[in-house]
Amino acid sequence: MAGHPESAMAVIESKLNARGAEFQANAAAMAVLVADLRDRVRTTALGGGEASRARHVGRGKLLPHDRVNQLLDPGAPLLEFSQLAGYGMYDGDCPGGGLITGIGRVSGRECVIVCNDPTVKGGTYYPITVKKHLRAQEIAVENRLPCIYLVDSGGAHLPSQDEVFPDREHFGRIFYNQAQMSAAGIAQIAVVMGSCTAGGAYVPAMSDESIIVREQGTIFLGGPPLVKAATGEVVSSEDLGGGDVHTRLSGVVDHLANDDSHALQLARRSVAMLNQTKRHELELREPREPAYPAAELHGAVPADHRKPYDIREVIARIVDGSEFDEWKARYGTTLVTGFAHIHGMPVGIVANNGILFSESALKGTHFIELCCQRRIPLVFLQNITGFMVGRQYEQEGIAKHGAKMVTAVACAKVPKFTVIVGGSFGAGNYGMCGRAYGPRMLWMWPNARISVMGGEQAASVLATVRRDSIEAKGGSWSEAEESAFKQPIREQYETQGHPYFATARLWDDGVIDPAETRNCLALGLSAALNAPIEATRFGVFRM
Amino acid sequence: MSARTTMRAAIPFQKILIANRGEITCRIARTARRLGITTVAVYSAADRDSLHVRSCDEARYIGLPPATESYLRGDAILQAALDSGAQAIHPGYGFLAENAEFAASCVAAGIVFVGPPAAAIRAMGNKSAAKSLMDRAAVPLVPGYHGSQQDDAVLQAAATRIGYPVLIKASAGGGGKGMRVVERAADFGSQLAGCRREAAASFGDDSVLIEKYLASPRHIELQIFADSHGNVVHLFERDCSVQRRHQKVLEEAPAPGMTEERRAAMAAAAIAAARAVNYVGAGTVEFIVESAASDAGFYFMEMNTRLQVEHPVTELVTGTDLVEWQLRVAAGEPLPLTQTAIKLRGHAIEARIYAENPDAGFLPDTGRLQHLQPPVESASVRVETGVTAGDTITPYYDPMIAKLICWGETRELARSRLAAALAQYQIVGVTNNVGFLRRLVETESFRKPTLDTRLIEREAAALKASNRMPATRLWFAAAVAQLLREADQGSLEALRKGEGHSPWWRSDGWRLNGTAGRQLELQLGETTRTVAIEYLPDGWRATLDGQTEILRARVRSASDLWVSVGAESFAATAVFSAPTTLNLFTATEQHRFELGRRSISSDDYTDSGGHLRAPLPGRVIAVLTTVGSSVTKDTPLIVVEAMKMEHTVLAPRDGRIAAIHYEVGDSVQINADLIEFETGK
Repeated sequence: MAGHPESAMAVIESKLNARGAEFQANAAAMAVLVADLRDRVRTTALGGGEASRARHVGRGKLLPHDRVNQLLDPGAPLLEFSQLAGYGMYDGDCPGGGLITGIGRVSGRECVIVCNDPTVKGGTYYPITVKKHLRAQEIAVENRLPCIYLVDSGGAHLPSQDEVFPDREHFGRIFYNQAQMSAAGIAQIAVVMGSCTAGGAYVPAMSDESIIVREQGTIFLGGPPLVKAATGEVVSSEDLGGGDVHTRLSGVVDHLANDDSHALQLARRSVAMLNQTKRHELELREPREPAYPAAELHGAVPADHRKPYDIREVIARIVDGSEFDEWKARYGTTLVTGFAHIHGMPVGIVANNGILFSESALKGTHFIELCCQRRIPLVFLQNITGFMVGRQYEQEGIAKHGAKMVTAVACAKVPKFTVIVGGSFGAGNYGMCGRAYGPRMLWMWPNARISVMGGEQAASVLATVRRDSIEAKGGSWSEAEESAFKQPIREQYETQGHPYFATARLWDDGVIDPAETRNCLALGLSAALNAPIEATRFGVFRM
Repeated sequence: MSARTTMRAAIPFQKILIANRGEITCRIARTARRLGITTVAVYSAADRDSLHVRSCDEARYIGLPPATESYLRGDAILQAALDSGAQAIHPGYGFLAENAEFAASCVAAGIVFVGPPAAAIRAMGNKSAAKSLMDRAAVPLVPGYHGSQQDDAVLQAAATRIGYPVLIKASAGGGGKGMRVVERAADFGSQLAGCRREAAASFGDDSVLIEKYLASPRHIELQIFADSHGNVVHLFERDCSVQRRHQKVLEEAPAPGMTEERRAAMAAAAIAAARAVNYVGAGTVEFIVESAASDAGFYFMEMNTRLQVEHPVTELVTGTDLVEWQLRVAAGEPLPLTQTAIKLRGHAIEARIYAENPDAGFLPDTGRLQHLQPPVESASVRVETGVTAGDTITPYYDPMIAKLICWGETRELARSRLAAALAQYQIVGVTNNVGFLRRLVETESFRKPTLDTRLIEREAAALKASNRMPATRLWFAAAVAQLLREADQGSLEALRKGEGHSPWWRSDGWRLNGTAGRQLELQLGETTRTVAIEYLPDGWRATLDGQTEILRARVRSASDLWVSVGAESFAATAVFSAPTTLNLFTATEQHRFELGRRSISSDDYTDSGGHLRAPLPGRVIAVLTTVGSSVTKDTPLIVVEAMKMEHTVLAPRDGRIAAIHYEVGDSVQINADLIEFETGK
């Protein structure tokens, strides 16, 4: 594989044999996980069940995914967020969190789309719905992406009012965000395609431009039942807050649409007049596929996530031409750092290749500084059991070295992207830009695990504490008792560390097929170019 | 063209000017170039970039778009010829081709007029005088009145004497212009007025003649050729019976059912006609033949003192180049062949391809030929055209796009070749008659053949635009064309925005952990079908009425695709003529699909019913009402003339004229708001 004409970059040479038995076994194991993932995503996308969908369509409305598809430019990609939000929560009552969110191309512009799914409990906001909505807005803020809200929701899920209404990151934050974004010049466009009741009324009312579907969309602070209870006035929904009222009398809405398709066309027209261009300072190259097919990622990583492997095999299947200029290759070798391109965009890659030592942390810190200096986006490939522990390491100050890396990650203003390709345990999660460190996007592979430490380690730690306590009181604890004590802890960690559990709670932005890692990163990186890359100012590094 | 007439070494002229435009100029230039003659084109402001200009070696600007200010300006053209050093002027057909004064002024200026002597043109030019002349030469004539008395009463009396139906024709006319059939006495007055108006506008002479109208006659014409040495030959006949509104649609040679005896009789009459006027050059003697019977009467109609539009039909069956003959004869050479050396070989049929709408009374259309792909030419398929893709059919001139001529050993072979060639004729941008012609050549009457001038009326049912639905694979192909276009537009837009490398501009419907689905609505005529599309990494999975196929496509060039539908694959050409209009061509089929997203402006708050609009682009020739007038339903309000026809805008209901936005002489575009109309008294 020849290097890029502009420079001679190093090409990773894979040591894997794609025809080998181990590779094939790994691929088969991953294929099972991916098939299961796709299956669950497909089921979730159906929303609130057949009867509910039929009722929705029967009213002449488009299904939520069709609304999103029609809003997008034909054939354009859609990068959905948190497809499995709410998975396994609320007795399965809230598939997908009752909301579709994602970035898509609308009238030639990347936009964040937030679309209620009224087939899921009338589109009401469960706690996870609120979280998903706010996360989409956060993505819009960070990447300066226009927001389009396809509203069809009954408002807050009343039985869950304590978890959706009063707190800082609850329902009210949606409108706070709208105001803040509008103030920052991030367009807010609402399309009212169904109910928009109570607090929900503020979605269109606080948008820059709004559209309503006639004899279908309604907006009111109090619906007919509440009006009757409060004042005794009897009024129909349409007369109270239908499209005609709001476009002709109240001025709450700007455009009246004949039906869903028309409304979506009007939204597209609105986006077409945002008069915003995508400016960035990255030096782009002609995108090229990796020398090794992305699909080989299924076989490139061991089915058993505890088994070590060379992370360069993953990098080779993500970056353009499999070209990777490794940086400081001979120092702190358990952390691999270097430069590459993804779909023509330069990136700095920080990837685990074993446990983190002081040298690895220092190397990582230096590399992050370098990327911030050059304003090159960062990609973290997480497969980390944690920082090294033990007397020697504490004495050489691994805590302060680890802290430097965490500081660097926390302060870095370049767009950061994290993919958890294996384990994500303990402080390693922090140093490798876990959720708390504000990556623009964070994805998990279906084979990954995330928890404060491994289930086995947690069980052992707790068992040791327990044994010490029992033995201090003069008691005794048999091996069998200890084993029985540890088993539920292991199970808890396995359950809670599973990607589905994580993604259901929005600890990530989605579980992805490893073969799509390159595509996801490319879309995320490109979307990030909508916002200027600010200069980074680091905090105090403990030396 | 055949080698038989190309053997002579002598170059008749060094340089000629072609006083015409369009396909005939291209046609003449081709022969001239072959003979080593330099050509000079003339052009109006509307034709500055026309193919006819490019097909010549030099060109001269002669005036504004209206023909009266350019192609009919003999003085300007003659001056152009003198200035450019041309030795001769070839007038083509139409315009000045049969203008005796022009011919005479050429001669006076020392320039050869490639055509008959002015006297012969003059003799045949006045239809009434010509008939008297033919009568004296014992050429059979249709009963009629050809007198100079032009009072309404005299003419009406003549019509009564001849017996209805009668035909009113411009005495100076030709080519159907100003010709009207009157079925009953009550209509005579109004038709006479209209005929006079058109005659005056077209020829500057409003005198008319009246003839017996034969209900379903045949039209057979003899091609004759005379030189200045007293030789006159014929090059057989052409059957031009397939007409609509007196305009030829299909022409062929020889005439089906023609016997040697009859041909000899008609040729003798034609040659007699030519000799009667001391004819020199190419001429056509048109006969009207009472019926298909081989012994039916034939009558002289007129002699066209020029090269005919349909001359290629004769060229193909005789292996001659009639333009070369014209040039040689004009240069004083004898005819290249003697009568006995002129042989008839095989059969040829010509179809005239026009920018017109056969489904709306053949209303002419204008516009840009966004896509134009004629069939591949060969020894048996000939295309004569004056336009290429990107050119515009303007309202100023005849809206002919091309002539398609096919030859075969037998009539049936020529006919089937013509049908196949028509199927391959791809035109997008103007409404055209290709589909109509395809149906026409397949009618029972034409196949059999039973030819007469009523053929098109008789076959009206078979000629209606087909409602037959194309095979499912074509619906799939239409879907593919749309999907490819979307991708193509996306790429262009991305480049325009400087985002050519952005992954957001991919067009494969990428989805996280799934695939994108979509419903594509396709409309063909009144039928709407929905294709369910699922995007795949290298194609699409499409379902239509329960049939699911994997679709793939390869773009061969701009609009040429290679489409795969399941295991089947085929070539298709897809041209979008409007945001949602897809013209899909395959080797044997042409369809126009409407598709895509609905338009933004589906709000219907305004009612445009109060505006009367121009039915076609043209010129206002009469305003028959005034602002403020109260009119009843169907009152004629305004007359728009376009090409060869008058179109009268009628009051849609009882009402009042609120405003008139145009006056006589104004040019109007199609849908121009002519009159504001208020309903009610």
